[in-house]
Amino acid sequence: MIEQRAVEPAQLFEAKKESQFITGSEAIREAIRRANVEMAISYPITPQSESMHLVGDLFAEGYIKEYFRGENEFAVMSSVAGAAMAGVRVFTATGGPGTLRAFEAFPTWAGARLPIVCAFMTRGVNSPLTIQPDTIEMAYMLDTGIIMLHAETAQDLYDMILRAFIIAEQTEVHIPVGVFTDGFFVTHTRDKVKIAPADMKLPPYDPYSSPVPVMDMENVPFRQMRDPFVMKSNYVSYAAHASWQQEVMAAAERARKYIKQYIGELIETEYPDADILLIGSGTAVSQSREAMAYARSEGFNVGLVKIKSIRPFPAQEIRELVKRAKVVIVPEFNRVGWLAREIKSVAEDTTKIVVGPHVFGGMTMPPGMILDEIRRTSV
Amino acid sequence: MNKKISIRMSGLGGQGVVTAAHILGSAATKEGKDSTVNPFFGAEKRLAPAESYVRISDETIHERGEILYPDIIMIFHPHVITLGKCYTMPFFDGLQKEGIIIINSDEPLTLQKDDLAKLAGLNARLFYIPATQLAIDIGGTDLSTNVSMLGGLLGVTNIVSLESLKESLAERFGGGQFVASGTTAALDDALKGKYTKVAQLIEKNMEVAAQSRKFVTEYKL
Repeated sequence: MIEQRAVEPAQLFEAKKESQFITGSEAIREAIRRANVEMAISYPITPQSESMHLVGDLFAEGYIKEYFRGENEFAVMSSVAGAAMAGVRVFTATGGPGTLRAFEAFPTWAGARLPIVCAFMTRGVNSPLTIQPDTIEMAYMLDTGIIMLHAETAQDLYDMILRAFIIAEQTEVHIPVGVFTDGFFVTHTRDKVKIAPADMKLPPYDPYSSPVPVMDMENVPFRQMRDPFVMKSNYVSYAAHASWQQEVMAAAERARKYIKQYIGELIETEYPDADILLIGSGTAVSQSREAMAYARSEGFNVGLVKIKSIRPFPAQEIRELVKRAKVVIVPEFNRVGWLAREIKSVAEDTTKIVVGPHVFGGMTMPPGMILDEIRRTSV
Repeated sequence: MNKKISIRMSGLGGQGVVTAAHILGSAATKEGKDSTVNPFFGAEKRLAPAESYVRISDETIHERGEILYPDIIMIFHPHVITLGKCYTMPFFDGLQKEGIIIINSDEPLTLQKDDLAKLAGLNARLFYIPATQLAIDIGGTDLSTNVSMLGGLLGVTNIVSLESLKESLAERFGGGQFVASGTTAALDDALKGKYTKVAQLIEKNMEVAAQSRKFVTEYKL
């Protein structure tokens, strides 16, 4: 283990970086090595297994105080909640069917205002079985109350995980952050990643930054174990629920300024004034970059919008961009087109939004598919 | 973008298809090129189909995932073709014009006539290399089949230099920096056991790569 000193977040983020040719899973290890994480709990599922295995190696080296394998994903996510309630910085990761198996825990995390950081390495869910990438689970996660960031590359993954802790732990935010990335296309892909020196780490989590009292049997307003609101059907319990749920949503809204501060805008654009806009998130953006380069070389006026934050959603930014464009194409690695739905929900004129192209069940999306859509809509 | 070279490696689990891709991609980055490498497999078990993809370019590479339109296809085991142990059917699907195919086989396989005609139509070049035999004869173990295939690739193209490949090999097997998945780690240990010393392992593998360059033979289509 390398002797580490805790530095201000900005110092770590802006430190002189070294480029390494590593996988997405290894990028997660390097982020966690520098994240001053106290506890990590794992349960294997492809394509995530390797990342938490590598985090286990960090525990063996002495970078993490406690690490164990849970009984299953539900147990892991519940144990992680316990750790966060007890006031430690905690990390875990899962993906696909693992996400679904643990599902009840995610709104619970948000409701309890726990600043947990979890990496989700998306994969198809079992109908029928695939271990390959598919972002369908993100559709299910949209209304759990957690902040959702979508990494396009291993570099994004490294950057976003480190920053996620700082965003999650702000007193006025203090809700979980999920850093999503496409399984295999990022986790198992080797790419150049710029990494800060290993002798630096984030400052420790201050549990007194929590906006709610420590959750135990004695403290109001929670007292969830004894006399929970849910047991009473009266005005007080309804009012408590309504205000609390709105407060969790408001916390996500307040996260915007911290996302902007640490990750930059919620979106990134190239040629935002173009007639045809490709709007995507995750590796759909990578394929779109390739398609845009071909299309522009053929004379098409094409631009690109990468959405980095799915929750909170960059509603205002997208509304303005869609207003200016003639056609909006939304390529996605899932069957349902959840990102297109999100975009439609904020756009004034939804008729110019092309829902697709889609691939799912683990298929690769050749840039040619997006190019075909560009050609078709240009006629 | 035309400068980008896309390589698809198809083989069987345990043959080092993923490792070969890593070594090649890493060698390319050592030469200042951009490269991305990713695998594709189902269950991590021996003899199951496994594929890996390497993209190498002078410019930034954005595209991800499976390579559907390869410039070079490397077949690590005849069963990929004869038993269809492959995610891509036929094995040369998507091959670009003037593409290259390198097959690990002691002798030319009996390919279907229409397949051969399609390859001829693409102006493809087909090569055979007895990679497993070379690995056993020179390296003393069939576990070096993947390095022999990389040697074969250098016999046909100048995609990376032998020196960069050597540097990349040394990095892959030389230190404790790299962490493979559980099953790959077990294979690594087996390999290191075979060669007692890491230095010897690298040296032997380099010999496999260097010699293999000379044993690729073109099959006229």
